[in-house]
Amino acid sequence: MFAELNAILNTSPDSFKQGEFILVSDRRADASFLVHHFLSFYLRAGCKVCFLGLAQSFSHYNAVSQRLGVSLTQAKEKGQLLFLEGLKESLDVLLGRTSDTGSRALDFLRDPAVGLRCLYEFVQASVSDSGDGGEGGGGPPVLLVDDLTVLLSLGVSVGSVLDFSHYCHATVCSQLKGNMVMLVRCEGEEDEDEDGDEEGSERLLKGLTHQCSLTLHVQGLPTGFCRDIHGQVEVCWRKTQKDKPPNQKKLFQYKVHDKGASFFARGTSSAVL
Amino acid sequence: MAAPMKSVGSSFNATSFQKKTRSKLISIPGTRPSVQNGQLIVSTGVTSLDYLIGGGLAVGTVLLIEEDRYNSYSHMVLKYFMAEGVLCGHELFLASAQDHPDDILQELPAPILDDIASHSPLEGRMQLGGQHASQDAMKIAWRYQNLPKVQTALASSSRFGHYYDISKKMEPEIRQAANCYAFYLPEHPTESSATRSPLIESYSALLQSIQEVIRKGGFDGAAPPSKSRNVLRIGLQSLGSTLWGDDLCCRDNPAHGHALTTFLYGLRALLRSSLSMAVLTIPSHLIQNRAVMGNIIRLCDNAIALESFKGSDRETNPLYKDYHGLLHVRQVPRLNCLLTELPDHKDLAFKLKRKQFTIERLHLPPDLSETVSRVSRGELAGAAAVGTTCGTSSNKHLDF
Repeated sequence: MFAELNAILNTSPDSFKQGEFILVSDRRADASFLVHHFLSFYLRAGCKVCFLGLAQSFSHYNAVSQRLGVSLTQAKEKGQLLFLEGLKESLDVLLGRTSDTGSRALDFLRDPAVGLRCLYEFVQASVSDSGDGGEGGGGPPVLLVDDLTVLLSLGVSVGSVLDFSHYCHATVCSQLKGNMVMLVRCEGEEDEDEDGDEEGSERLLKGLTHQCSLTLHVQGLPTGFCRDIHGQVEVCWRKTQKDKPPNQKKLFQYKVHDKGASFFARGTSSAVL
Repeated sequence: MAAPMKSVGSSFNATSFQKKTRSKLISIPGTRPSVQNGQLIVSTGVTSLDYLIGGGLAVGTVLLIEEDRYNSYSHMVLKYFMAEGVLCGHELFLASAQDHPDDILQELPAPILDDIASHSPLEGRMQLGGQHASQDAMKIAWRYQNLPKVQTALASSSRFGHYYDISKKMEPEIRQAANCYAFYLPEHPTESSATRSPLIESYSALLQSIQEVIRKGGFDGAAPPSKSRNVLRIGLQSLGSTLWGDDLCCRDNPAHGHALTTFLYGLRALLRSSLSMAVLTIPSHLIQNRAVMGNIIRLCDNAIALESFKGSDRETNPLYKDYHGLLHVRQVPRLNCLLTELPDHKDLAFKLKRKQFTIERLHLPPDLSETVSRVSRGELAGAAAVGTTCGTSSNKHLDF
């Protein structure tokens, strides 16, 4: 959890806005540090978290979270965290083994044309049983997805992913008043001229930007590679806040550290001042 | 409290201090924990490449090499990787659809084995001689005496991995000592599957055979630790080319557009749970669809691209006369840590010396011609000085 980002977003684990859909995207940079931020943020807030870890293994998320001061294994044992390890689950399907023990959440791998219904059913089941007075801590449910683009790589169509996110939005944000964070990773350059046959992740980004309420767009520096500034984050509130005009935008530069990240206004890095 | 403890320690002439060792940490020849994040790493066989990707290739990760146009340098890096495995006693898995894996193994570069023994006295003598020489030479350039020697080749302070002589081939005795599993697609039976999985048969067969080797060889991380652990080096040549039955390279809208990415996802899943790492080469210059290439890079942990000057107009450009090509770092690994070790800068070039492949920082050669105009720099400096002193001195360039 990065305190500086909380200050920027005006939230804290004790009081945060419910029913939000936060979209994290990146281009020529890596935004996965924000996923770790939100994971530790919502675990500290006592929410019941459903994490779809498609890009990395559980041990990776656990090792990073440990540095941020949250233990995923403990959260998992308490029942606060429900972790779907995509890498582990997909292997049985990809190798053609039929196992009854694994969940059916990744059944789309057998035939991507079917869509993500099974995955949605997994999410629905895991977020909605928090109301049974489990050890979730009583907070609202939260859905985190690390990398929707992995789904595209596995052959799922953009339309199916958008359907999936829409259903999740309706269930998690609207019905259960919970929050949702999704990560989309895009290509190096924006292709303005090729609107006709637009590439998958670009179309996905546009579709999700339409659905979400807050976007965090991470980019590499336009001036190129720098050791001391890792990139810039554009924060854009889409829905109107009470006392602020709609579609407010802010731009920050960031640097990732060993145990956190620092955010600062453009040009005010300690390396250049 | 501290004083008696000290006296007791000194009377026994041995302290109770013991170096803290983690018994859990498995020690396998040819591997070592990374300095930065404690990951178990192995050498790729190219010392400068090790340095570039953070000390070495972490166990459980994939290194993608985007091929140069004639696939000569990328093929060489793959052979270096395999040769390092042979010398460290690791087990190998080599898959190819073009050359037979046994043929590739026969062309591994010969190691320079006795370099430590012969190197150090020679180096000492060289340094002595160098000092004598420097005493004469430095009289002129005394200002530069204390400056460190400029080292362009990337290298870490401690040695890891071996050096190879690419002009010679590895002796068959050394080579045959290593346990190598070969996967040669034309000789491998592939059954056509009726499922509608995005994987095509060749990749599915390859994934299954890697999985079998990992299971049988005991590289599985979940398996109980048997007699002695070893690591498996996986080399995959020219994935995505037409010979693998993939149409990624020949069409704009390939029918199997997700076959390779699905395979890489499965490969990552296999490697993360086992003691193995993979180096694969992909002819990226043939892949038209940039979105697919981006997905491929993201599914590999490390990615570098070799851009050779062969066949391009840069070959004859005097700016690049010292190098054979440029090296682009596409992706640095981000495993078990928030922060990644970024390279100092991204202007890198590779060159093939007589015996060795190295990666260096790109430097432009000095312009030594007589007609070179050096006036402009003086003018620039003058202008800058004017800017800082803000017009306190009158200058002829400024004309109000």
